[in-house]
Amino acid sequence: MNAASGSVVMTAREAMRTAMSDAMRDDPRVFLMGEDVGEYGGCFAVSAGMLAEFGPERVRDTPLSESGFVGAGIGAAMAGMRPIVEIMTVNFSLLALDQIVNNAATLRHMSGGQLGVPIVIRMTTGGGRQLAAQHSHSLDGWYAHIPGIKVLAPATVEDFRWMLKPALADPDPVIIFEHGGLYAATGDVPTVDPGLPLDRAVVRRAGRDLAMITFGGTLPTCLAAADELATDGIDAEVIDLRSLRPLDDATILESVARTHRAVVVDEGWRSGGISGEIAARIMEQAFYELDAPVGRVCTLEVPLPYPRHLELAALPSVERIVGAARTTMEGGEFVGATASAAPGRTVPR
Amino acid sequence: MNRLDTDARMARLRDMVLMRRFEERCAQLYQQTKIRGFLHLYVGEEAIAAGICRQLRPGDAVVATYREHGHALMKGVPIGAVMAEMFGRVDGCSGGRGGSMHLFDAEHRFYGGNAIVAGGLPIAVGLGLADRMNGRDRVTACFFGEGAMAEGEFHESMNLAALWDLPVLFCCENNLYAMGTALGRSEAQTDLALRASGYGMPAWPVDGMDVEAVHAAAERAITHVRSGAGPAFLELRTFRFRAHSMYDPELYRTKEEVERWREHDPIDTLAARMTADGELDDDAIADLEAEADTAIDAAVEFADASPVEDVATLLRHVYAPDHRTEEVTA
Ligand SMILES: Cc1ncc(C[n+]2csc(CCOP(=O)(O)OP(=O)(O)O)c2C)c(N)n1
Repeated sequence: MNAASGSVVMTAREAMRTAMSDAMRDDPRVFLMGEDVGEYGGCFAVSAGMLAEFGPERVRDTPLSESGFVGAGIGAAMAGMRPIVEIMTVNFSLLALDQIVNNAATLRHMSGGQLGVPIVIRMTTGGGRQLAAQHSHSLDGWYAHIPGIKVLAPATVEDFRWMLKPALADPDPVIIFEHGGLYAATGDVPTVDPGLPLDRAVVRRAGRDLAMITFGGTLPTCLAAADELATDGIDAEVIDLRSLRPLDDATILESVARTHRAVVVDEGWRSGGISGEIAARIMEQAFYELDAPVGRVCTLEVPLPYPRHLELAALPSVERIVGAARTTMEGGEFVGATASAAPGRTVPR
Repeated sequence: MNRLDTDARMARLRDMVLMRRFEERCAQLYQQTKIRGFLHLYVGEEAIAAGICRQLRPGDAVVATYREHGHALMKGVPIGAVMAEMFGRVDGCSGGRGGSMHLFDAEHRFYGGNAIVAGGLPIAVGLGLADRMNGRDRVTACFFGEGAMAEGEFHESMNLAALWDLPVLFCCENNLYAMGTALGRSEAQTDLALRASGYGMPAWPVDGMDVEAVHAAAERAITHVRSGAGPAFLELRTFRFRAHSMYDPELYRTKEEVERWREHDPIDTLAARMTADGELDDDAIADLEAEADTAIDAAVEFADASPVEDVATLLRHVYAPDHRTEEVTA
């Protein structure tokens, strides 16, 4: 640790572990529950070592019963606990959707405000590891469709370290999507809570020419794309949304008002995705600021295939982001589904 | 009582040796990065696929999990197509799109390759339902781990199959650990056959390390299911000798426990029995191994020679070819 600067270098996985351990030391109501979080040390080694410190009551291994233990987390939260429920990956959260959407998201409203569900549900998300169609989903934006839950997507090690605390303090259900490709990332993390509000987007790279709006696993891809664009003299601003629900409209709009162009990058599919929501908000609130249509780079409309070259072609890439940014700079339109496909097939103005 | 004749014993030994050596090659190919993604090996559990799948008829169906290479081979999926699938090549049994966890072969009625725990069970129920509605004399064998028995989908599927008298054979491969979770930390009732019988179907435990015992149990269970009397459940007691997948520090079990189970290696067990009965000698074992290696070498060669798919066809297979929507034709 560097005491003088008050920061420490760690991996994202260590950052989340530190956050969970801190929370459990500080508050006896907090406990962790999920498949293989204890004895196995966590499927992605996020909770490694926590069983030894906190014991099996508070680092609670569950059977393969996603609907059951997520629902149990909801019940425990209603009864005064502060559960952190880990669903191994978003893919398996589909078995718990009923509990999340029909219970966690609605109980406060249905009960006329009598009940609250202060639960944190963490899950790994995303593709890119050749795990094929059933193990590569990016449904973060899909969850963000649901009023009553909050949806977070840490993209930096600092956020892996410091998002959990305010999430646990929140009186309502919070889902944290942790992109599997980020766990090994290292970063400098402040040792003291920076106190950043959960619903605030952050500009990770300032730029004048266009706003690149993204979150989670595609932030590093966007930063790399921005670097490449810079060599062409295009100065992209990169916005890390951090929260998908609520969305920080103000930060997006402020950037668009300066840059007059925007590209949204989302690892989810394009149709019905959060990228469309963001583009619509820009259109609704900043239409006259725009010098070009809002571009989108999303995963192509196909279940993710196993072969590496096909998977990479389906996922947002530096190349596709750079292509979309150039199209935006030229004022070009994105034709139909090609907006999310190969760059180049566009109609210049 | 369970004793098979010499030819049948030899055939099952050949099957198990093939599966074992196939997967050991897969592990090497994984290290060489020819195979990627998740790879779950069946090493130690081969007696189950050999004892059950080999008794199925070509028209019968198999539904399995991500740990399904052995079941695919035993159901007749060509070995080259299985290997090519693991390589992600166009000649793979799923055209390369699925990989190790998603082997499919409609012709051989091999319905996956399902990587969501318990996700295959309702599908097996549906296959059985269609057979029953069409009066077809077919059986669907559904394989899953004991970990799947904690899922709601297990409960719902067992109940549906029993309620509707469907021709489904539920085969629970109880290898005692679901990833790192020991049976006793997953199930309140660890007598799995007892639990299954609560759904109103015959259910009993079987020594899953003894291919002759598996064969005998499967024969009885398949006869029951095929007779139209409804589903049956087998708890096949077994052990996986290797890690859950290729990334697993195995903190949850001891080396001693693994070693104890290795003493019950299904291949060694049958080979020893056959040797004692004068049906097998060292040369014959070496021959079986060489035969397996020849087949595996050919499969690897086939997979290596198979082309990778052109990116231009990336958006295929989302809908039936003549029912594409505007969205997917881009
Ligand atoms: C619904 C669901 N939850 C979690 C997982 C992650 N996972 C894959 S295999 C596995 C263990 C399954 O154990 P078991 O059913 O006993 O089968 P085994 O792997 O031992 O053959 C887990 C937890 C998954 N694939 N699907």
